[in-house]
Amino acid sequence: MIDKIVADCASAVAGVPDGATVLVGGFGGAGQPMHLIDALLAQGARDLVLVSNNAGNAEIGLAALLKAGRVRKLICSFPRQADSYVFDGLYRSGRLELELVPQGNLAERIRAAGAGIGAFFTPTGYGTPLAEGKETRRINGRDYVLEYPIHADFALIKAQRGDRWGNLVYRKAARNFGPVMAMAARCTVAQVDEVVPLGALDPEHIVTPGIFVHRVVAVGDTVQIGPAPAPAPGPAPGPAPKAD
Amino acid sequence: MQRLSRDQMAARVARDIPEGAYVNLGIGLPTTVGNHLPKDREIFLHSENGILGMGPAPAKGQEDWDLVNAGKQPVTLLTGGAFFHHADSFAMMRGGHLDICVLGAFQVSATGDLANWHTGAPDAIPAVGGAMDLAIGARRTFVMMEHVTKSGEHKIVARCSYPLTGVGCVSRIYTDLAVIDVTPDGLVALEWVDGLSFDELARLTGAPLRPARAGS
Repeated sequence: MIDKIVADCASAVAGVPDGATVLVGGFGGAGQPMHLIDALLAQGARDLVLVSNNAGNAEIGLAALLKAGRVRKLICSFPRQADSYVFDGLYRSGRLELELVPQGNLAERIRAAGAGIGAFFTPTGYGTPLAEGKETRRINGRDYVLEYPIHADFALIKAQRGDRWGNLVYRKAARNFGPVMAMAARCTVAQVDEVVPLGALDPEHIVTPGIFVHRVVAVGDTVQIGPAPAPAPGPAPGPAPKAD
Repeated sequence: MQRLSRDQMAARVARDIPEGAYVNLGIGLPTTVGNHLPKDREIFLHSENGILGMGPAPAKGQEDWDLVNAGKQPVTLLTGGAFFHHADSFAMMRGGHLDICVLGAFQVSATGDLANWHTGAPDAIPAVGGAMDLAIGARRTFVMMEHVTKSGEHKIVARCSYPLTGVGCVSRIYTDLAVIDVTPDGLVALEWVDGLSFDELARLTGAPLRPARAGS
């Protein structure tokens, strides 16, 4: 019997090697797989290349992983946030490499990896500093930049419900990068609020079919309704976080 | 002269958005255009993080943190709205399916080059988000900004000195002083505020400008 459900988050992130490229879903907090990121922090893999739209907030989630010095390089579209001081400090002190990618190119490079595309020409970024040194081509009178796929060892994503075959549905705009990241990694791990029996998900409504998913872990209800959580504490005084 | 307030600028942009348009409003000032869209028009607001049919902010206490806009502020979904993943969302831009996007800017050039993501300051934390995709993706890119900087420097320039977001992508500029079209023949002022002469407007504009109507 196929059963992709794993018992806990530690099992879900088991085997992430040092130096791995890891896609991490989410747009800000929406869709960010906090439980899996915390488990990766505990698991201990280091020298990671993280691919994510943002660089985390305050000292939770992605920011906690950065703060712990586990990340060598970040591939990202929008690292700067009001409370991204962990990223800011590491970046300014040269302890974290950044590859800044326009958001649509980021999504498409991930999608291309999942879809077996060798490279693609995109108009986004043409003539800007983010296309410097890249191959360009004029096609039917329009200028394009050649971009390559982003393949990954692991994808950590968040969905609302999943079944033992790995079929997933998402909740509202927390879907964002989940479906494309699921396609692009050798091992895709989904944290879900709830595991449901096979057949409970309407086949017409399944967003990510199980072929793209390797491990599913239930973490309980993560839906947040109501005012914003209390503002995060500001950066701790003193030197930037130590990368150990 | 009757300089437009930020609200008046937003209302002015909103007037030009027709029934049935698919529209993306950028972070910051452009977001406020949403508050001025005429209630009798059905207009589809797109959000880069996978929303069509985005509605206004929710009532206090009803915020749903899985339903946020590009600025990561809570929003609502209109009846008939839809969610989709990021690759589809940016295909809507890059594929030319959006009718209009409205963006803020540091500078716009006479040929419609846009600089709005980076000031070029060496110590700045770089972040681009969806700006480059939006700038070149929508059928028409509107820029909404103050006509000059706080210190009085031109923001409409012959050539952008800040790093570019997109080349030749801006079609129209809305400022607190004027509405200006970017045309193959240069910048054309469609209207300007009361009490401001065309010559004064031209002086506040760092690239050649001509009036759309004669004798103004």
